[in-house]
Amino acid sequence: MKVPLSWLNDYVDVKDLSIEELAHKLTLAGLEVEQIDFIGLPLPAGERHDFKLSGLAWDKETIVVGEILEVMPHPNADRLVLCRLNDGQQEHVVLTGAPNLFEFKGKGPLEPSLKSPYAKEGATIYDGHQEGFVLTTLKRTKIRGVESYSMICSEKELGISDEHEGIMFLPQDAPTGMPLADYMGDAVLDIAITPNIARNANIFGVARETAAIFKRPLRQPDYTFLAEGEAIDGQVKIEINNPEMNPRFVLGLIRNVEIKASPRWLQHRLKLIGQRPINNIVDVTNYVMFDIGQPLHAFDYDELVSRAGGNPPTIITRAAIPGEKLVTLDGEERRLEDFTTLVCDTAGSHSIAGIMGGLETEVTEKTTTVLLEGANWNYINIRKTLGYLRMHSEASYRFSRGVHPAMAERGVQRGLELMRQTSDGVVSQGLVDAYPLKAEEVVVEITPGDVRRWLGIQMSASEIAELLGRLEFECTVSQDTVQAKVPDHRMDIDSDPINGKADLMEEIARVYGYDNIPETRMTDVLPVQRNTPRLDFEETVRDLLSREGLQEIITYRLTSPDREARRLPPDVEPDSMPYVTVVNPIAVDRYVMRKSIMSSMLEVVESNAKNRERIALFEIGSVFLSSEDGALPDEQPRLGIVLTGPRQLPSWQGASEELYNFYDLKGVVHSMLEGLHIEDVSYETHQYPIFHPGKCAAVKIAGKRVGVIGELHPVVHSQYAFSPYPVLGAFFYLETLFEAAPARHEVRLVSSYPPVLEDIALVVDEHIPAGQVSSLIEQTGGKMLTEVRLFDVYRGEQLGKGKKSLAYSLTYQAEDRTLTDEDVARMRRKIVGRLEREVGAQLRDQ
Amino acid sequence: MLEQLDQTYEEALAALEGLQDEESLLQWRTQYLGKKSPVMQAFSVLRDLSKEERPLVGQRANQVRQALETAMEERREAIKLQALENALQTEKLDVTLPGRPQAVGRLHPVTQTLRRIYRIFAEMGFQVYRSREVETDDYNFTFLNMPAHHPARDMWDTFYTSEEGIILRTHTSPGQIHAMREYHPEPIRVILPGMCFRYEQVTARSEMQFTQVEGLAVGKDITFGDLKGTLSDFARRLFRTEVRTRFRASHFPFTEPSAEMDVECFICSGEGCPVCKHTGWLEILGSGVVHPNVLRFGGYDPAEFTGFAFGMGPERITMLLHQIDDIRNFWRNDLRFLEQF
Repeated sequence: MKVPLSWLNDYVDVKDLSIEELAHKLTLAGLEVEQIDFIGLPLPAGERHDFKLSGLAWDKETIVVGEILEVMPHPNADRLVLCRLNDGQQEHVVLTGAPNLFEFKGKGPLEPSLKSPYAKEGATIYDGHQEGFVLTTLKRTKIRGVESYSMICSEKELGISDEHEGIMFLPQDAPTGMPLADYMGDAVLDIAITPNIARNANIFGVARETAAIFKRPLRQPDYTFLAEGEAIDGQVKIEINNPEMNPRFVLGLIRNVEIKASPRWLQHRLKLIGQRPINNIVDVTNYVMFDIGQPLHAFDYDELVSRAGGNPPTIITRAAIPGEKLVTLDGEERRLEDFTTLVCDTAGSHSIAGIMGGLETEVTEKTTTVLLEGANWNYINIRKTLGYLRMHSEASYRFSRGVHPAMAERGVQRGLELMRQTSDGVVSQGLVDAYPLKAEEVVVEITPGDVRRWLGIQMSASEIAELLGRLEFECTVSQDTVQAKVPDHRMDIDSDPINGKADLMEEIARVYGYDNIPETRMTDVLPVQRNTPRLDFEETVRDLLSREGLQEIITYRLTSPDREARRLPPDVEPDSMPYVTVVNPIAVDRYVMRKSIMSSMLEVVESNAKNRERIALFEIGSVFLSSEDGALPDEQPRLGIVLTGPRQLPSWQGASEELYNFYDLKGVVHSMLEGLHIEDVSYETHQYPIFHPGKCAAVKIAGKRVGVIGELHPVVHSQYAFSPYPVLGAFFYLETLFEAAPARHEVRLVSSYPPVLEDIALVVDEHIPAGQVSSLIEQTGGKMLTEVRLFDVYRGEQLGKGKKSLAYSLTYQAEDRTLTDEDVARMRRKIVGRLEREVGAQLRDQ
Repeated sequence: MLEQLDQTYEEALAALEGLQDEESLLQWRTQYLGKKSPVMQAFSVLRDLSKEERPLVGQRANQVRQALETAMEERREAIKLQALENALQTEKLDVTLPGRPQAVGRLHPVTQTLRRIYRIFAEMGFQVYRSREVETDDYNFTFLNMPAHHPARDMWDTFYTSEEGIILRTHTSPGQIHAMREYHPEPIRVILPGMCFRYEQVTARSEMQFTQVEGLAVGKDITFGDLKGTLSDFARRLFRTEVRTRFRASHFPFTEPSAEMDVECFICSGEGCPVCKHTGWLEILGSGVVHPNVLRFGGYDPAEFTGFAFGMGPERITMLLHQIDDIRNFWRNDLRFLEQF
């Protein structure tokens, strides 16, 4: 919302306020001033401002009101003229090519003279001949043999608008020689309007806030209009079919209008707020909307009469019939639904209420009688229709956020008077006002106790009343209670007693000043503190894996089935479980919620492959498995791990060429599980589509699968732009892992008796898994066998075909005594005996 | 004989003087203390000497041998010392050569920022409360005082799923309702972290997926002043003790009154710079007093309870702290970016 200071000053004195102070206080009160465009007034000094700055300050010495006394032909150029101009101190001859001066050429001394902005030698203005706004400083030069050092300015040269067709004219009474900045210097505040203060999307609304914040008097707009025509009664009728959709409809009539350009002041104001002037009637409807917030619509009355067969027209509003079609002003045929309100007459529908007018009944250059509409529409219907038709305008913006029905009448009143002044028309007496659904009158009761309870500040009832009164609440105070009647321009105060209080709290806090409310610390009791084991567990996993040298990543939850299919070999069908699907995706390749964490991670490996040899990643995040129809999906947290490339970073001391392999991944997983103090872990050969069938294992805890680890299937590997290293991957069901992790774990004290170390090598058949041998050793060794460590796997001819040797380093230790050779020999015999029996192991000769 | 021994002694000492290494020391030993050395020879000829001479010579030979052995040990020590000295002088590393790089694991920057936020709020009694990412329309909007077609719904561009009424949450606020329904009528202090989604073009400044941390305090005596105090304390803990905060009126449908908290720009100390867009202030979080309707939906009587809520973006805070100007870096997961945290 653009707010020129000069316009704001109509309703509240702001000229003596510093612009920075004004912007600062408005911003703190919720009217965020995002930008200020300076049009002539000096820009504030310094590096720091609450808002963005733009614009041009007009130098008081060199840019003044000039008086053009005579326009003379240029001796050498037809398209240029020479002006005799008085700058208040002396006369100059100024050269210009402005076409709007040609009509005065050679007419001798002008009576009356013309007033225009005059820039002297050395003045800095915008270059009118360059695209955009580029600063230039006027210098003495010769054009076609005539000396030139100054300029009569266009609007563009002063930064008022982008108009550069001719010079700008000032009113006749502009004082010659006065610095232009003093005469008409301005600044336009650009204010962000949040939905709750849509009532302030107009100059008067901002003025009301300003008056309240600065405790200054607010001047009301003048809603009186001079009506000298015959009464409007009988000239037009209104028929409202759905009062819920159209609570109020007000019409006024003005005859004998002359459609022409708006007066200079009106055009100037519209340009300041970025609106292009069209003609006096259209400009007034726009002006009133920006001035007080009520959108208006002007009909060509005679056209309505002719549509009614020469009879007084009837304006009919009704809900659209589903499927009904209408050609709107932009030439498009629109198919409508029943939530849309239509404005019609007896000849049919012509416009979509609150959004777009009709072509046939529009005001044209030939119009002589204008029927002016100020209507009120249900904002929900407007919103639904906007969403459906995707049409937006300044009017629909306001209607879609709710305008109070009282504004409809005020808008028509103000519009009629301005049309009368700008078109020389005659206004019919009275208005036709259909108001079938009266706005609810809301009164909120509030006490100093409420203010203390909500805001933590002490305020008496009369202080509350005074403060709300500044925002036009009518307040009555009885003892300790304020009855605040909500003014008839706002729809945002709830009639529920407590909600209404909350709404008023915001008003009180804003006007009182957020800055003035003291910072306090909560005195309320501290809530019961609870255990958060699930979060703690996740954070522990993060710590464990980052400690092992893995980088955490966080990836997009949104993906596509195609992206996820890449992780599977082509001959494997993706599972048939439906995806959680987004119906309005923003990117074509991200429209479902992921079902796989590996897929997201492999994409990250791929995108980093160009820049990194060693990649070691983990991610914790949900996958989304859709449930039955209508139910929320199952969000399952997953842990993913990926390793690829050289195990170590390259170094000048000689790099290890060794690549990450399955056992590195298993080592990482092992350390993690050990860090979580999870016991009874086993790894079993497993088949999983994304992994190499011979290099994949299920990780089980107490027989329950918690995850899968493996080397990526070569075919899958080739589907990504990876480096030529094996890629190892693992995923875990975090919830299952969490359930397996003990809340506490036992710590064994270190025995003070010496340990006995012994190595044994066992020859077994190739097909016997090492894991089986190790667990047999552990089981048989019992408590006194404190450590079993595999240190070598050997295959060789002397062992025989299909055999391997597993070498273990065993540590025996008792808690209560020093073990004898006898003890150790007995345990070894037991272990070897069992291995012989169960897996056919032979003790290898040392 | 005695003179010969004395002479040998002098000669041996002189020879020992210049020796610089173990090898020559062994040679010297063979020469002066070996079997054929004059000293040792003296022992073997003792029996040929007269009774009177024998003890004198024997005694002298012993003295010389011991003295030479001692001298040899001293010399040996001196040589070792010298060698050490030489080594210390010559063994010089180029300390500017790079160290062996270690593969270090790190947490994602967002996790790091989240942990900082958790820690600060934990000290003020706020506990982490997490809830689901795919939500119902009711939890995301209706229960937060945004009935269907409420204008404020425009503030959240929403991803809708093919299931009617099920959406990707646009903020972690649904967790406020979950927490209230779980804990009422107990007082509450929770923070709600998690992933959120918005139907927004991915640009340097906006993401379709982002994390958020919201906070909620509900009790019988909680005011807007408490909100200001708590959040200013948070800012002082996160940035620096001296940082100034300011609260601007704003609008969120689930709070009334609502406020944005800005902190004084820590890049320029409020002087004005490109990071704060020359305002001297950085927008950090949105907040407000919990709307009575939200309390009701959560199971609390608004005539009895009040509360405040707030929400912030860990990515934005991380970006401000490290002057990162492109939010897309976070989920792009370029290791060259992540490794800097």
